[in-house]
Amino acid sequence: MIAPLAAIVKRDLLLAVRAGGGAGVGLMFFLAVVVVVPFAVGPDIPLIARVGPAVLWLGAFLASLLGLDGLFSADHEDGSLDLLFLAPVPLELVAAAKGLAHWLATGLPLVVLAPLLGLLLGVEPRALGAVTLSLLVGTPALTFLGLVGAAIAVALPRSGLFVAVLTLPLAIPILIFGVGATSAAIAGEAAAAPFKFALSLTLFFLVLGPAAAAAALRHARD
Amino acid sequence: MRLNIEGLACRRGERVLFDGLSFAAEAGDAVVVTGPNGAGKTSLIRLIAGLTPPQAGAVVVDGAPLARESLHLIGHLDAVKGALTVKENLAFSRALLGGRIAGETALEALGLAALSELPARVLSAGQKRRLALARLLVAERPLWLLDEPTASLDADGQARLAAIVAAHRAKNGIVVAATHAALDFPGAREVRLGGAPA
Repeated sequence: MIAPLAAIVKRDLLLAVRAGGGAGVGLMFFLAVVVVVPFAVGPDIPLIARVGPAVLWLGAFLASLLGLDGLFSADHEDGSLDLLFLAPVPLELVAAAKGLAHWLATGLPLVVLAPLLGLLLGVEPRALGAVTLSLLVGTPALTFLGLVGAAIAVALPRSGLFVAVLTLPLAIPILIFGVGATSAAIAGEAAAAPFKFALSLTLFFLVLGPAAAAAALRHARD
Repeated sequence: MRLNIEGLACRRGERVLFDGLSFAAEAGDAVVVTGPNGAGKTSLIRLIAGLTPPQAGAVVVDGAPLARESLHLIGHLDAVKGALTVKENLAFSRALLGGRIAGETALEALGLAALSELPARVLSAGQKRRLALARLLVAERPLWLLDEPTASLDADGQARLAAIVAAHRAKNGIVVAATHAALDFPGAREVRLGGAPA
C-alpha cells in the first residue's frame, strides 16, 4: 500500500525539480511580491514592519494557489492518469500523495523562505517565528483545497478561471486565521484560538481535499 | 483464468457504439478488436479496464468482477514523462503497480536497454511506445488490454511485441488488443465492432 504512494510522491518531486516549473515559479512570485511591497508602500519602516506578516501571508497564499491547475491535467494529457487509476491503492490516497508531493515541492520552500524575506521587511524576530509557524500550519490547507480545483479542472477543460473563482472564497478563511494568529502573537494577545482554527482548517482539507478530488477525477474519466 | 464479456453496451452522448456485445477468452487466448474509426474500440478497452462504467452488461473473470490488480492497460497515450529518464519512467510504473520484475529485463525485451539513461523526451514516438509496452513486463498481470499497441512501431518493434504477447499467452495470460493494423498474434479471435463512422 505504501510503496505505490511513495512512488507517486517521489516521481512528482523529481518532476518538480527537473521541470523547474512549479516550485521555482511559486518561489519567484513570493519573492517578487515581498520585495516590491516596500517600494509601493514607501520608506515608512514601522508601517512596513507592521504589515510585513500580512504581506508574507498574502505572498505565500497567492504563490500556493499558483501552479495548482496543472497538478492533475498534466497526468491527464499524457495518459498517466489512467495508470494512477489502475494502481492498487484507493484513488483518494493517490490524490493525497500528489497533494503531499506538491506541498513539499512548492509549499515547504515558501515556509522556509518566509523568515528570510521577513527580515527584508523588517519584521521583528518574535513575529518571524509566529508567521513561519502559521505558514507551516496553513499552507497544507491551501494545497489540499487546491487539489479539488485541480481535479475539477480535469473534468471541465478550459475552466481555469472557474476553478480560481471556485477555490478562492474557500481559501480566504485560511488567510484570515493564518494572519490572525500571527497578528495576535505579535501584539502579545492570545494567539491560540486563531492558530487552532487555522490548524483545524488544515486537518479538514487534508481529509476533504483528497476525497473531493478523487470524486471529481472519477467523474472526469467517464 | 476465463474472461467473460457479457452483453456490454456503450453509449457516447446520443450515439450507441455497441450493444449486447459478448465474447469470452480462455487462458492463453488473444482477442483482436477491429472496426472503423469511431466504432468504439478504445471505449471497449476502457470499459473492460473498469475506467468507465458500462451502460449495460458486465466484465466477469472466473465468476467475479474484474479487479484492477489483474490487468494491464496500455492506452493510446504512452503515459511517459519526458523529464524522467527511460529507467525512471519504468521504475515508477513498477513501484506503482507493485511489480517484482526488474526493469532491465523489460527494457531488454523491447530493445531499449541502450537508452535507459536518456531522458524520455528525446525518444522518438516509436521508442516511447516501446517504453509504454515495457510496463507490461515489470508487473505480473494475467489480462493485458492493449489499445493500438503497434502505433508508431517499426517492424522490429512489432516483432518484439508479438514475442512478448506469445510469451504471455504461453504463461496462460489473456490479451485483448484493439487495432487497425494486422497483428502477428497466432490464433487470435477477432471481435469486429460494426458501428458506422460518425
